[in-house]
Amino acid sequence: MAVTVKATSQPRSTLDVARIRADFPILSRTVNGKPVVYLDNAATSQKPRQVIDAMSAVFEEHNANIHRGVYEFSETTTAAFEGARAKVARFIGARDDREVIFVRNATEGVNLVAYTWGRENIRSGDRIISTVLEHHSDFVPWQQLAKDVGAEIVMIDVDDDGRLRRDQLSAELKKGAKLLAITHTSNGLGTVNPVKEIVAEAHAAGATVLVDAAQAVPHTPVDVTDLDCDFLVFSGHKMLAPPGSGAVWARIKLLERMPPFLFGGDMISRVTVEKTEWNELPWKFEAGTSSYVDAIGLGAAVDYLGAVGVAKIHEHELSLVAYLLPRLAETEGVTVYGPKTLEDRVGVVSFNIEGIHPHDVATIFDREGVCVRAGHHCNQLLMTRLGVAATTRASFYLYNTTAECDALLGAIDKAKKVFKV
Amino acid sequence: MDDMYRDYILDHYKNPRNQGELSGATNTYADSNPLCGDELSMALRIEDDRVADVRFNGKGCAISQASASILTEEIKGKTLDEVKAIDKDHILENLGIPISPARIKCALLSLKTLKGAAWGLPAWPDEEDTKTRAAGQRR
Repeated sequence: MAVTVKATSQPRSTLDVARIRADFPILSRTVNGKPVVYLDNAATSQKPRQVIDAMSAVFEEHNANIHRGVYEFSETTTAAFEGARAKVARFIGARDDREVIFVRNATEGVNLVAYTWGRENIRSGDRIISTVLEHHSDFVPWQQLAKDVGAEIVMIDVDDDGRLRRDQLSAELKKGAKLLAITHTSNGLGTVNPVKEIVAEAHAAGATVLVDAAQAVPHTPVDVTDLDCDFLVFSGHKMLAPPGSGAVWARIKLLERMPPFLFGGDMISRVTVEKTEWNELPWKFEAGTSSYVDAIGLGAAVDYLGAVGVAKIHEHELSLVAYLLPRLAETEGVTVYGPKTLEDRVGVVSFNIEGIHPHDVATIFDREGVCVRAGHHCNQLLMTRLGVAATTRASFYLYNTTAECDALLGAIDKAKKVFKV
Repeated sequence: MDDMYRDYILDHYKNPRNQGELSGATNTYADSNPLCGDELSMALRIEDDRVADVRFNGKGCAISQASASILTEEIKGKTLDEVKAIDKDHILENLGIPISPARIKCALLSLKTLKGAAWGLPAWPDEEDTKTRAAGQRR
């Protein structure tokens, strides 16, 4: 395997990783007697003390339901919840806090758009463009919508390095499409798509664009105004926040034209037996008691990420990829999938060891304290394209180190020894 | 570590017994663990209510494939009733290694596939509806 790492673009980490690691209580744990080496950040990230404390503070100091009580606890919690929305809005470059709808995760975000905008706008014979890089969360909702309304799903392929086939995408956009649902960053391979260019091209072709940024917002600077997409979704749990937090972003005008997703409390302004009037944005889309403590945790997480600097985190992860890729290339029997260069990628490295199934690899790694994902990564379309049933995936975040890359390489040797390959 | 990937497990994985096609098969069944990508098919030739011969085919992790290989060795010559009586505990005992909860499905895919073949099932009962729908034959 040829790995080109351009000397001129050699990424250099400027993070104080030791100090960062001290903020994450879980990273001092041991697994099977070995220090934990957590390399499954594309599945979910660990949480810093600051996020845990922000959430504990709600429960210990002022917990009460939001938007309802007229007493101090409720007002304090409501302010923290709406404050978190403002922080998230700033973090992704939204122009208005009301453009941020809190949801449980990116999956719920895509479903929100599919069930509301999708059902109003996508009709029989319409074309929805998707890609083989999509996580199931940004494919299955569109596949099911297409089935229900009689629309057509058009798939865009990748090249052998896992880069999107822009030529194919351009050709399909020229034929017309109602929607392009595309991932910003592949969770399976780490490929970063040139989303800004793609959005401009899709808009010129008359398509609405939803960007799945679940793997992007945690790892690279994302600015919705700059991207100029129509919808953007992401999960909190992959970016230091708790599971149960996440957001959909869209412009006010578009959100105002959309019908609500879920019906119930908090999303209404006036209810009579005959009819119901919807609440204002963003609450029109937030039925029932929100996961407000999780959202407040997300607010604390973006504070943390903002203070460290997402661009620096990206550079740090790339420095780990630059360290790991050539060493993997030198390891006999290892095949790496996805981009072999540092351009337009994040710290996700998918690989297989010849003669050992990824699940056996992950089991042996576990005994070494190394946590990786083995499987299809909710990317069955991509696995089919790569011609594999599963891969082993290591994915980095701001607290990972080159020493942990060495632990991974050591675990590979161990697996090969156990399997005698 | 070596408690799980013992020599005989790796031996069955690398040199599977009774792997291949079975001519004159009377009962066949195929199944998979979509989450891990383990695939297994089992073919039996039943003569006078006994397993006259057996073959399996599959790909997947060491645990799922070794489990199948060990099982095929065991059931040759057994009566259908004996095969139908094999249970989960028996399989785990056969493997003789600690299996974590996350890997239990790997270990038991062989049993599921064998049961499907022994009972002559067209599809696993509680999954029939899912499979029918997946095939686009919505009722």
